[in-house]
Amino acid sequence: MWEVIRRNKIKSVWLIILMALTLSFLGGAIGFYIFSDNPQEGISLGVLVAMIVWVVMLLISFSSGDRILLATAGAREIKHDDAPQLYNIVEEMKIASGLAKMPRVFIVDASVPNAFAVGIKTDKAAIAVTTGLLARLNRDELQGVIAHEIGHIANRDTYFMTLAGVTVGAVIILADLFMRGMFYSSLGGRRSSRDSGQMQLVILVVSIITAILAPILTQLLYYASSRQREYLADASAARFTRYPEGLASALEKIAANQSEKFSKSRTLAPMYIVNPLAATGKQHNLFSTHPPTEERVRILRGMTSSSSLIAYEKAYRQLHADQGIIGAASLKSSDEQGIRQAETPVQDVKKGMREAKDILQRVAGYGLLTCPCGLKMKIPKETDHNNIKCPRCGKIHEIPLEFLSASAMALSQNPAKHL
Amino acid sequence: MYFIVLLVILLIIIFWIAAMYNGLVRLRNQVKNAWSQIDVQLKRRHDLIPNLVETAKGYMKHERETLDSITKARSQAVEASGVADQAKAEGELNNALSRFMLVVENYPDLKASQNFLALQEELSSTENKVGFARQFYNDQVQAFNIKIESVPSNIIAGLFNFKQAEFFEIETPAERDVPKVQF
Repeated sequence: MWEVIRRNKIKSVWLIILMALTLSFLGGAIGFYIFSDNPQEGISLGVLVAMIVWVVMLLISFSSGDRILLATAGAREIKHDDAPQLYNIVEEMKIASGLAKMPRVFIVDASVPNAFAVGIKTDKAAIAVTTGLLARLNRDELQGVIAHEIGHIANRDTYFMTLAGVTVGAVIILADLFMRGMFYSSLGGRRSSRDSGQMQLVILVVSIITAILAPILTQLLYYASSRQREYLADASAARFTRYPEGLASALEKIAANQSEKFSKSRTLAPMYIVNPLAATGKQHNLFSTHPPTEERVRILRGMTSSSSLIAYEKAYRQLHADQGIIGAASLKSSDEQGIRQAETPVQDVKKGMREAKDILQRVAGYGLLTCPCGLKMKIPKETDHNNIKCPRCGKIHEIPLEFLSASAMALSQNPAKHL
Repeated sequence: MYFIVLLVILLIIIFWIAAMYNGLVRLRNQVKNAWSQIDVQLKRRHDLIPNLVETAKGYMKHERETLDSITKARSQAVEASGVADQAKAEGELNNALSRFMLVVENYPDLKASQNFLALQEELSSTENKVGFARQFYNDQVQAFNIKIESVPSNIIAGLFNFKQAEFFEIETPAERDVPKVQF
């Protein structure tokens, strides 16, 4: 595992260096064009400006990128008692991955199933899932999805993809500004007619080509690396859970339930970063810039006897004419990681949806009380009444202490004093 | 001139040995940390069991024996020390718990009670956590042991007395109860 992560790190560093070089080349070309009277200074100024834009964007996304993303998604944090099963699953996967600190857990009120991870540091990470995901997946499948997201955190994907995403964003902004500037200045007639010779033309052509190619190049690098990391996160998920089928069937369910509405409203999909705002952070959405789901499912189902990274690599190779993907073939560790049995039954979506809504209520501060007749009663935060009548069957319930306001709690604990 | 070359070579060797030694120490610490993770989860499991027994007592009057066997297995597991002993005691506890879960099927009221359901999720998740912590621990042990055995780090390991770490394997009831088919 660590070997794969380390190798990935080296690859990522090269990726970032390559992107940064493209960015400074673009800056240089722009400077060269604008100050063609004094090319040397123009180039250094252009590079400097490009670097400043880059650093500022990095600072913003590293300091508050995850907060912005979680807020945009409308994610609300949950604690263990709000959603014990979800929280337990995250903790299980945290343990399986050997992460030092428990990621924070968030829930998003959306019927479309999805999940993402944010956080540039492994000890300050967060995982968010939608209510639709909770409703549709059984425990094994949910575990697979959470393991995939934890995989992103453990493999440092959230960190490197933020870095890469911001760099792509900076390149796109600069190229865009330059092209617009050119468009308007060409409308206003030719600048500096002093030496409108061949030299000027060459500079013009070189800068335009750079401005067109740089964004394409960086985006291609970005997407390729993103997809590769998805495979690795899938492989990690199989390894953590010892149960590839969980993630495979979760992926099928998620893919089958994507809707137009959700993907349109995804302003928070910085995988697609085209605008700077979206580039201020990194989220891992199970379904953007990802390899085709059917293929991911087929690889996971191809792991028939072992759940190790090596087994994933083998299953991948079977589908791709012996091309490797996660570089696990040379791993020294053993290949013997059995696959466990399925544990949880089929999920009842309607029941799941109700339970997911209950979690939202709890997060919002409402208490829930179930009457033996089957009715669930919502109890407002800090109520003063200490009992409630079931509207359906008329049974009177005592309200549990934790839902009461401080004064009502004192009363019910010590009634004699106040009489 | 020779002297300087020799000195440089000597320094390189010393640094190389130091790096290898540090690598072994790092791996050994990872094994230790992983073990403490298991320990935390086992403790948590031991803490949950009295609650479970208390809750069950109210519903099942005639299952004293099953409940007592859980309590007994638990106290043995709490007292166990060392990787092998702990594994054995946890195996016993697993057996007692799975017998209990079979008995629970006869008590629908208990099965439906909110308190019991919550405890059940906690207990089964804690069992999963023990399992995952064990999985992580064993991976670390494997990495450490491979390092100790392979050339050239085995020389350093022998020199500084690094000992192989023990794997943690709990015997699961399923494995034990499957009857052996003999031909």
